[in-house]
Amino acid sequence: MSANSSSSLSIRDLHASIGDKPILKGLTLDIPKGEVHAIMGKNGAGKSTLAKIMAGHPDYTVTSGDVLLDGESILGLEPDVRARLGLFLAFQYPMEIPGVTIANFIRAALQARLPEGEELEATDYYAKLYAKMDALSVPRNFTSRSVNEGFSGGEKKRCEILQMAMLEPSYAVLDETDSGLDIDALKIVSAGVNALRGPNIGMLVITHYQRLLDYIVPDKVHVMSEGRIIHSGDKDLALKLEAQGYDWVEKEFGESGTRAA
Amino acid sequence: MSTETKPDIDIDRSVGDFRYEMDYAFDAGVGLTEATIDYISDVKGDPDWVRAFRKEGYRKFLEKPMPTHWATKDLESIVFENIRYYLSQGQVPKRTWDEVPDDIKRTFERLGIPEQERKFLSGVEAQFDSEAAYSNIKAAVGEQGVIFVGSSEGLKEHPEIFKKWFGKVIPSGDNKFSALNSAVFSGGSFIYVPPGVKVKHPLQAYFRINAQNFGQFERTLIIVDEGAELTYMEGCTAPKFETATLHSAVVELVAMKGAKIQYITVQNWSSNVFNLVTKRGIAHEDAEVKWIDCNIGSRLTMKYPGVVMKGKGARGEVVSIALAGDGQHQDTGAKMIHAADNTTSNIISKSISLGTGRSTYRGMVHVPKHLKGCKNNTECDALLINSHSRTDTYPAISVRGQGNAVQHEASVSQISAEQIFYMQQRGLSEAAAMSLAVNGFVNDLVQQFPMEYSVELKRLIDLEMEGSVG
Repeated sequence: MSANSSSSLSIRDLHASIGDKPILKGLTLDIPKGEVHAIMGKNGAGKSTLAKIMAGHPDYTVTSGDVLLDGESILGLEPDVRARLGLFLAFQYPMEIPGVTIANFIRAALQARLPEGEELEATDYYAKLYAKMDALSVPRNFTSRSVNEGFSGGEKKRCEILQMAMLEPSYAVLDETDSGLDIDALKIVSAGVNALRGPNIGMLVITHYQRLLDYIVPDKVHVMSEGRIIHSGDKDLALKLEAQGYDWVEKEFGESGTRAA
Repeated sequence: MSTETKPDIDIDRSVGDFRYEMDYAFDAGVGLTEATIDYISDVKGDPDWVRAFRKEGYRKFLEKPMPTHWATKDLESIVFENIRYYLSQGQVPKRTWDEVPDDIKRTFERLGIPEQERKFLSGVEAQFDSEAAYSNIKAAVGEQGVIFVGSSEGLKEHPEIFKKWFGKVIPSGDNKFSALNSAVFSGGSFIYVPPGVKVKHPLQAYFRINAQNFGQFERTLIIVDEGAELTYMEGCTAPKFETATLHSAVVELVAMKGAKIQYITVQNWSSNVFNLVTKRGIAHEDAEVKWIDCNIGSRLTMKYPGVVMKGKGARGEVVSIALAGDGQHQDTGAKMIHAADNTTSNIISKSISLGTGRSTYRGMVHVPKHLKGCKNNTECDALLINSHSRTDTYPAISVRGQGNAVQHEASVSQISAEQIFYMQQRGLSEAAAMSLAVNGFVNDLVQQFPMEYSVELKRLIDLEMEGSVG
């Protein structure tokens, strides 16, 4: 279990539902700063829902449990407040914002983090933006395109990672970042994520396939089923899941199987 | 998340919503009769033909019914007997701000007009209720033969040009409100640009309503001669009153062969103003008339800038942004009349409806059978912010004959809760996210405004949005 909850993203016995339908049923997970954890699970296990609930999506209701960011509960806070506290979600399906350029969007997001009356310095901003773009192999003309509008799947995901690089969150949740990517795009996006790894960030990588974890090698792998983490292990667990599927783990650790202590 | 809002009617119009008490030297009183018209004509010293023109306009105004068979019934809320038709401190505008009476000058200073004039304009006319208080053109522009005066001065000093076009682009009987304007018009600009003169910086007029229960009826006539070019900008504000105020202008533009006119409007009326304006231009051979129109505020705006493409190769364009706030109705659009071969028109309209706001697009495109090589492109996009916001589109396109092309695209969109969530996840507050999305929606059109105005526009949109997200 959690070593030091004051520098981790900590989910404690979380129960949440949409309408009357329970989605999370007592999920506990701890992501210390400096580590990369992966959540794997079948479609419908509630993986993406977990990401949205942490970010504060209004469609979901938390019925009990808690989510702590460096020891402070973030439940009840608006999504933008959670974001400014350092939580970043790379969306599985990033939204299009017509007419708003990437440069202006990221700039507005950074501006929102400054105290009232303080203005972002334009030259510093662009210098930093271009440096991050170069590191992610994003062409310069990207900045004048509207956010995600008409983007390919790969461009959308690269745009998410660019935003993450610019906003420098302390915790990042990457929701199915591999979906819709061909192998070349996957390599670029993974390299971008790996470049951001370090002692000041904790990452949670949500994925359906082991493939992504060849490139973003996790410190821990968790298996999610029916709204809970049913089993955890090291990166070899992902390989085992890839080779043998999810049935054995659900049988052994899931609701219907014998619970691990 | 709910994008349902509690729209705040008392939006802070920090720029325009203020008013100073005034004693008017000239006041036509309340209500409209022939005596009112005689009073206006007497005070202004109208030539006989103008007095006759006014009386004819008045007759047509009485004859014409309210256009409520197609337009909103809210027009019936205008009580013509309760309106004051002429209020002024004098009929001759001053040439320097120092000469402008203090009580009027402080209004324009607060609106930043003298400052803008110094910074980026070729000339300014500032109208306060019925008359221009200030009118000046920079010496260098005047020396090129450009005339920029009030309409009263124009008709007296330059009758040879004025009379030829006045009331010809928009006949007084065009509609009930053009007839009313013809009867009681006062103020507005008269501009003439001689052949080949390209006026580098814009000329600007500012229309300010200060009095309650007042009707402002400016009349603008702009003639740009062969191969000449002009950009004209107008801004409008009024303080907020409990009772209705009427603004009913007529604007006529004439672009001679190869001339270019760009007419830019940024109106920010308070929510008690009925804004019923007729605007039309004639484009002769290879000439271009472009209306760039931004309608913010007012209780009801009805405005359909038009271009009659009279000469071969003429071009007409209307670019318009309308923002209908809570309780407001922006009924706007464009009229494109193709009257020669190879004429081209383009209409791009974007509207935003907030709260119970309603935006209506009416577009008329007319290409008769005998013409060839005519093209029209129409795009109208509506953005609805709240579930009870409303938009309607009434395109009337009649294209006959062979070899004419017309293209029409319309869309209605909403800012989705998922878009807002996405932006909030990046750290933007819900209100900031909404503002950013709305600014994005109109961004391509805002780019067409001069820089000083596009900054102002963005600020106005942000102000309107502030009250609309709860």
